[in-house]
Amino acid sequence: MAKQTPFYLKHLAAGGKMVEFAGYLLPLQFRGIVPEHRKVRTTVGVFDVSHMGRIMISGNDALRFINWMTTNDVSTLAENQAQYSVMCYPDGGIVDDLVVYRLKDHFLLVVNGANNAKDTEWLKQHLSGDVKLENITEEVAQIAVQGPRSESCLQKISGIDLSTIGFYGAATGTVSGVEVLISRTGYTGEDGFELYFPETQAIKVWDEVMLAGKEFEIEPIGLGARDTLRLEMKYCLYGNDIDQTTNPLEAGLNFVVKLDKPDGFIGKDALEKIAQEKPRRRLVCLEMKDRSIPRPRMAVFARENKVGTVTSGTLSPSLNRGIAMAYVAREFARPGTELELEIRDRQAPAMVVTPPFYKYGSRKK
Amino acid sequence: MTSIPTELRYTKTHEWVKIEGDIATVGITDFAQKELSDIVYVEITALGKKVQQNDPVGFIEAVKATSDIYAPLSGEVLEANVNIHKAEGDAPGVINRDPYGAGWLCRIRIASSEEINSLLDHNAYAELVKRSEHH
Repeated sequence: MAKQTPFYLKHLAAGGKMVEFAGYLLPLQFRGIVPEHRKVRTTVGVFDVSHMGRIMISGNDALRFINWMTTNDVSTLAENQAQYSVMCYPDGGIVDDLVVYRLKDHFLLVVNGANNAKDTEWLKQHLSGDVKLENITEEVAQIAVQGPRSESCLQKISGIDLSTIGFYGAATGTVSGVEVLISRTGYTGEDGFELYFPETQAIKVWDEVMLAGKEFEIEPIGLGARDTLRLEMKYCLYGNDIDQTTNPLEAGLNFVVKLDKPDGFIGKDALEKIAQEKPRRRLVCLEMKDRSIPRPRMAVFARENKVGTVTSGTLSPSLNRGIAMAYVAREFARPGTELELEIRDRQAPAMVVTPPFYKYGSRKK
Repeated sequence: MTSIPTELRYTKTHEWVKIEGDIATVGITDFAQKELSDIVYVEITALGKKVQQNDPVGFIEAVKATSDIYAPLSGEVLEANVNIHKAEGDAPGVINRDPYGAGWLCRIRIASSEEINSLLDHNAYAELVKRSEHH
């Protein structure tokens, strides 16, 4: 039986088309994927991301523990900073991608909803020293307010000066009188924030955000647009673009793999070897040269030879073109390389392009 | 609410059929357009060809998925809706807005009128949609 997030009735009232995702009933769309996508690119939209897994780690050895479990370097984080990271298996395959927050007296790991139980189990298996782990997913609601007007919208109801929060920065304070953790993070390529607050206050915060955003014609945004927005940025989706059979180096996540951090991490030896030998394949961006729309699992060809597979594909609402992420053999990964996708019974021309597909996002750097 | 006009016939694959003499006009139902959402491209690949009942006659691309269109009846695919067939821009969106009217897809010259009996009527299709909505 699928669970409901604290915002379930809000979604129904707004006409959300509900689907099961990561064990929760979530809105696939309200008005339509394309108008919702454009809303986030031009003004501001709100996503219910309460299905994400939230895991609190505390204790004297918390930093050492998280640094061992994740590939990025947690020791570089100051208090109230967040970082994108991945957890790997010893063979370099990806357990999950996640965001790590360093807060005043604990860390918060935000993981994919579908991997919440698996990740919690994986982390628990490796607990050592003075480390306390608490899964707080059910007690905490999470929303993402995304779009170029997100700061103007939230500042009206926020007790925190949001201009002081940098990209991947965080702060604790009040939003419409409710204690929240707020960070300048998101999955859209636009400027935006994610808010964490007690599940019991969920409806209050939702209503206040909607009211504050009224002048910007704020709307709730469904999973459909969440996917097209992230794909235009080449942000990976676990289960599509990355999983336990892929490693972060071939996925282009090198920037979160710190092979030289002092005490190592799970998967380091395997990833070091892959780095030396260079990955055999790479996750690339493909843009279609005709009107066809790529879909996951389609084969990628160079002349007559199969050289790869699509992992995510859609029509890009911003470019009005078919776009895809695909693993292709290293020799074919260079931007400008012309490839073909097997679509229906023909070969559709595509080109490897430099990410992101959409280059005008308002995201702070 | 999902609209299901009483005067049309339907398929299990969510096409509607309007029969006038030996010509069948074909489209996708309101339920189907809602499921697909955001339709961006339509191609009637069997235009000008003879097809058997349940053969694919073309496909519809929506932002999130591709869906085949199947022939409700055997016959020759005489015509595609020129306003949306292989059209650029927002034109195919008319299928979302008016699936039973301006969003029609193609016309087939019916080869065997006996096949008409195998199509679903309004009540049978409404039952199918009800089951699909509560899956």
